[in-house]
Amino acid sequence: MQIKPIFSALRRHRLATLLIALEIALACAVLCNACFLIANRLQLMHIQSGVDEASLAVISLTGFEDAQAVDLNARVSAGLGAMPGVQSVSVINTVPLGRRKGTAGISLDPAGQHFGGVVDFFLGGPGALDALGLRVVAGRHPLPDEYAPITSFVPSNSTVLVTRALAEHLWPGVDPLGKEFWCDKLHFRVVGLIEHLVRADPGGRGADTAEWAVFVAAQPGPKFAGTYLLRADPAELPRVVRDARTAIAKIAPDAVLEQEDSRSVSDLRESRFRQDRAMAGMLVGVVLALLLVTALGIVGLASFWVQQRRKQIGIRRAIGATRRDILSYFQTENFLIVSGGIGLGMLLAFALNLMLMKFYELPRLPLYYLPIGALVLWALGQLAVLGPALRAAAVPPVVATRSV
Amino acid sequence: MFDYYLDLAWRSLRRSPGLTVLMVLAIGFGVAASMTTYSVFRAVSGDPIPWKSSKLFVPQIDPWGPSGRASDGEPPDALTYTDAMALMHAHRAKLQSAMYRISPSLVPEQTGQHPINVSGHAVYGEFFPMLDVPFLYGAGWSADDDAHQAPVVVISGELNRKFFGGANSVGRSLSMDGKDYRVVGVMGDWNPQPRFYDLASSANFNAIGEGVFIPFERGIAAGIYNSGNTNCYEPTKGAGFIGLQQSSCTWVSYMALLDSSAAASQYRQYLDSYAREQQQAGRFHWAPNNLLRDVPAVLDHQGVVPSDTRISLLVALGLLVVCLVNTVGLMLAKFLRRSSEIGVRRALGAPRRALYAQFLIEAGLIGAAGGALGLLLTGAGVMSVGLVFRPEIAALARLDWSLLGITMVLAVGATLLAGLYPTFRAARVQPAWQLKSN
Repeated sequence: MQIKPIFSALRRHRLATLLIALEIALACAVLCNACFLIANRLQLMHIQSGVDEASLAVISLTGFEDAQAVDLNARVSAGLGAMPGVQSVSVINTVPLGRRKGTAGISLDPAGQHFGGVVDFFLGGPGALDALGLRVVAGRHPLPDEYAPITSFVPSNSTVLVTRALAEHLWPGVDPLGKEFWCDKLHFRVVGLIEHLVRADPGGRGADTAEWAVFVAAQPGPKFAGTYLLRADPAELPRVVRDARTAIAKIAPDAVLEQEDSRSVSDLRESRFRQDRAMAGMLVGVVLALLLVTALGIVGLASFWVQQRRKQIGIRRAIGATRRDILSYFQTENFLIVSGGIGLGMLLAFALNLMLMKFYELPRLPLYYLPIGALVLWALGQLAVLGPALRAAAVPPVVATRSV
Repeated sequence: MFDYYLDLAWRSLRRSPGLTVLMVLAIGFGVAASMTTYSVFRAVSGDPIPWKSSKLFVPQIDPWGPSGRASDGEPPDALTYTDAMALMHAHRAKLQSAMYRISPSLVPEQTGQHPINVSGHAVYGEFFPMLDVPFLYGAGWSADDDAHQAPVVVISGELNRKFFGGANSVGRSLSMDGKDYRVVGVMGDWNPQPRFYDLASSANFNAIGEGVFIPFERGIAAGIYNSGNTNCYEPTKGAGFIGLQQSSCTWVSYMALLDSSAAASQYRQYLDSYAREQQQAGRFHWAPNNLLRDVPAVLDHQGVVPSDTRISLLVALGLLVVCLVNTVGLMLAKFLRRSSEIGVRRALGAPRRALYAQFLIEAGLIGAAGGALGLLLTGAGVMSVGLVFRPEIAALARLDWSLLGITMVLAVGATLLAGLYPTFRAARVQPAWQLKSN
């Protein structure tokens, strides 16, 4: 295939060629970045929470006095525990993907000089650890007498389990068991390591801190009441949640049921990521629109050029060019234009990503997005030009003998 | 002549219908995509009280000193109870109100119904005239009611429908956290977005409006706990709500109406002198570190606009640019091939002006058709925002007509330019050359 004649032909349509190449460059830049944004969101939406989502639900009550709390805990635990299908009821402050409750900064020394980061505290009464289905990979569960009463928002001396991700961040390369940390005057001692446990709001403080979570053993009491973790067989969970919501009016008639928070954990996940799903959907729409418009642009220009060159094509056919030659002429021409566009587009994609990083704290675009974007655009270009090129190949040699 | 050129343009466009449709589609698509996204963006960054926002100020006073400051050295977003009360008693602004967020539970009058939690604020009576809160029935309360901790309440129209069937409920009583309150006012539809008067502690966007407003000092006296954010530098010494009031925790929001920039700078001076007094009294051990921002500045500083919308705006803008470049490319390809037609017309005596007119009309026709399609698609797009975005944001998405106008002008302008350039080139050449080359 001779490229030189194609170049000289394109040189006669410099401006139109340049514009189509520019369009492809812009499409490449937007495409790479939009796909990256979509991938980030999908990754967040499918984050592993570390708990048995399918068998867990939350019932949340408010509007009671501290003095009623012990009685309320007893009534709810007994009342909901007696319902058919309920495997366990335990007191908890919140669950992953639920309402954000205990978020605080911690330090690695009592004086608060060495800041450790902002973590989520999950408070659980006896049984909560097992009910959540957390995988303890090292160390042990808290002993029954380590479930301490709460003074401020956690016990003043807490026994805790931390996630592997948080341990790696706080004490890189060191065995975290037996380590201590502080939150102001409150003291925490690590007795176990959890495989996975995400924050209530995993995307809220950046993807790399999604698993900075701590499980605190706490004794239900005046300041730790109202939110209950139900565990049931996944098949029965929807019915259990429905029944529990009605039953609670009889069990605790003077408390208020928080409608939004009292749902199964999979429902909480669904509403936690609703916005992300909407955003991903919108970006997918924009990407499809972009590809469509780019393809239409190529089809339009190629058809126009084929129509323009009917006579030249006829002459080439008359002096011996095969249909294949004509077809590959247009395909090569398209390949050259698209390649030029992609070259420029990769630079643009990178520039756009740098801007997004600067203003919106987005991570860096991984380099492998660029060749994938290039391949997609090359394929799109070839697909778009195929129709017009086939029409060009079908031009009969006799056209050469006709005058325009 | 116009009719004739229109006819020529129509013939020319009909000669390559596919290309024409493509150009029109590209323009319409670009306009619609970028406008739909922009309408969402505007909805969430829009000024909630445009006629007054630059006169409404939020004071910030540093109660923690240098070691408690964030990395930017700014004082906390909210005030301590002590400072808020001091500002309230000094009463230096035209109108002002300290406020904190509450969520009391209401017990319906009919027995057997479950109590419900509502959200609201404890505010001073000046809150209502300061923010131009609309009333359906009655009005806010007086300074006297504030001083006497009167058990009065202003309720939302929605709550009025739920509890009193929408009738004029002024004078009736409402049981809140076990105490009776007398309704003095029923608000009209009022749910400013974002909730600018208490950004320090309210979630930014709320589909559900505020249910109740009660006098600030009544809320304090009745021990109705703060349900907004509380930020503490050191643990509270006393227990419970009283302990919180005596602590250096920040949890009270504050807003002041200052009519002119002179009034604002006077208020700044007042804040500094107040902090200096506190320093002399030994409560603060640092030089005054205060801030007084107006509402637009606070919105900007708090980054209330979700970054999602900003990014999607950028992506939509990208799509608009791609569509415009696409159209311009196609138009150039089409028009640049018509130098022989131009040559013929010039040889027959048409002045350059006539040629420009003819081609501009043809390009304008495409631009206008694309614009009209864009308008239709934008309408459909804005209506379907609710399918994609949270309902509380979607409810705010309105079409910005002036911007839609600008985009249309941009689209039509780009097509005109694309039509103009080939004409300009062809019209400069001697007609004889073009005739010969054919």
